Amino acid sequence: MKTIKNIGLLVLLVALVAFSSEKFNLDTGYGIGDVAADFSLKNVDGNTVSLADYEEAKGFLVIFTCNTCPYAVAYEDRIIALDAKYKSLGVPVIAVNPNNPAAKPGDSFEKMKERATEKGFTFPYLLDEGQKVYPQYGATKTPHVYLLEKTDEGNIVRYIGAIDDNYQDASQVDERFVENAVDAMLVGREIEVKTTRAIGCGIK
Amino acid sequence: MRDFSGFVLLSLLFLFGCNSKTADKKESDITEQSTHLEAPILLNDGTSKFPVYDFTSFEPLLNREDDKTYIINFWATWCKPCIEEMPHFERINAEQQENNVEVILVSLDMPSMWKTRLEPYVESKGIQSRVVILDDPKQNDWIPKISEEWGGGIPATLIYNKNKKSFYERSFTYDELNAELQKFIN
Repeated sequence: MKTIKNIGLLVLLVALVAFSSEKFNLDTGYGIGDVAADFSLKNVDGNTVSLADYEEAKGFLVIFTCNTCPYAVAYEDRIIALDAKYKSLGVPVIAVNPNNPAAKPGDSFEKMKERATEKGFTFPYLLDEGQKVYPQYGATKTPHVYLLEKTDEGNIVRYIGAIDDNYQDASQVDERFVENAVDAMLVGREIEVKTTRAIGCGIK
Repeated sequence: MRDFSGFVLLSLLFLFGCNSKTADKKESDITEQSTHLEAPILLNDGTSKFPVYDFTSFEPLLNREDDKTYIINFWATWCKPCIEEMPHFERINAEQQENNVEVILVSLDMPSMWKTRLEPYVESKGIQSRVVILDDPKQNDWIPKISEEWGGGIPATLIYNKNKKSFYERSFTYDELNAELQKFIN
């Protein structure tokens, strides 16, 4: 009887821990000013990419994106444009696909390679194998942008959110959230809009 | 003028948004609600049979003060967990009509998908709840107005009546949705 009770208690305890750690993951992730961890992920060209590889960089646009989300697709050209504009200024785009290919076959490594070639991606397109990186950052959907500034203390999160304020039509954009943030960061000015929200596809 | 445009909208809702089975019931609601609603901005005229709102015209739907409890579900055809929970919202809508509960399915599908995906989905599944389209790209402005808690993920659901309001950025099972609803109707 006592054993049964103990087992019951143990089950309850395990359930509680499992539940709370899951909850914990949802609530964590980086905020503005946090130091972002580096990662080492496989790129579509077969190489492994880390932020530390970019010795000359002043920062990074880490963008969680994928092949299959209509919002991510709507922003592909604008992500390419961001890389074209800011890589030479020391802030390259690092795209990360956070989806589990088993759950989303359209986001498999092979499909990522195809998409990168089709669109002529000029930046690394990495697979978050094992889905360890996106929960660390706290990304919840695609596309989800993290602007990092490289400092002596590490890569500090400066902006989190959407690329701009109009997913539908690049020509109708009023506020270029990411560009404004990078421009401010590069001249050492306070970033005015540090976080934004947008509808996106949940990470699977 | 405002009342008149409200009437036009509601006629449209009546014509396109309601299923014939519930038409009689809805008709009486329409007169009742006409003061609360403004005309939707019918973007891309003629591209959807569902009413298309921008946030300004949509907002009154979140603030009605009649005797109903509204379940406002934000979804899209490309959102897999949204599609998975859809039958639960449909079932609640059918079961809870007597308790003055109305489900409104707010599609966030993109304009290019209204004809190609949204309408075929609603038709093939025989969706009975009211379907409307929220098409407003300024998401960073309106997401916090629906709920400060909302990060932008879908499915997301707002349940409210004139006394109480709760927001959920999550999926529901039938039992979970029913349990939440009971907090509003009991």
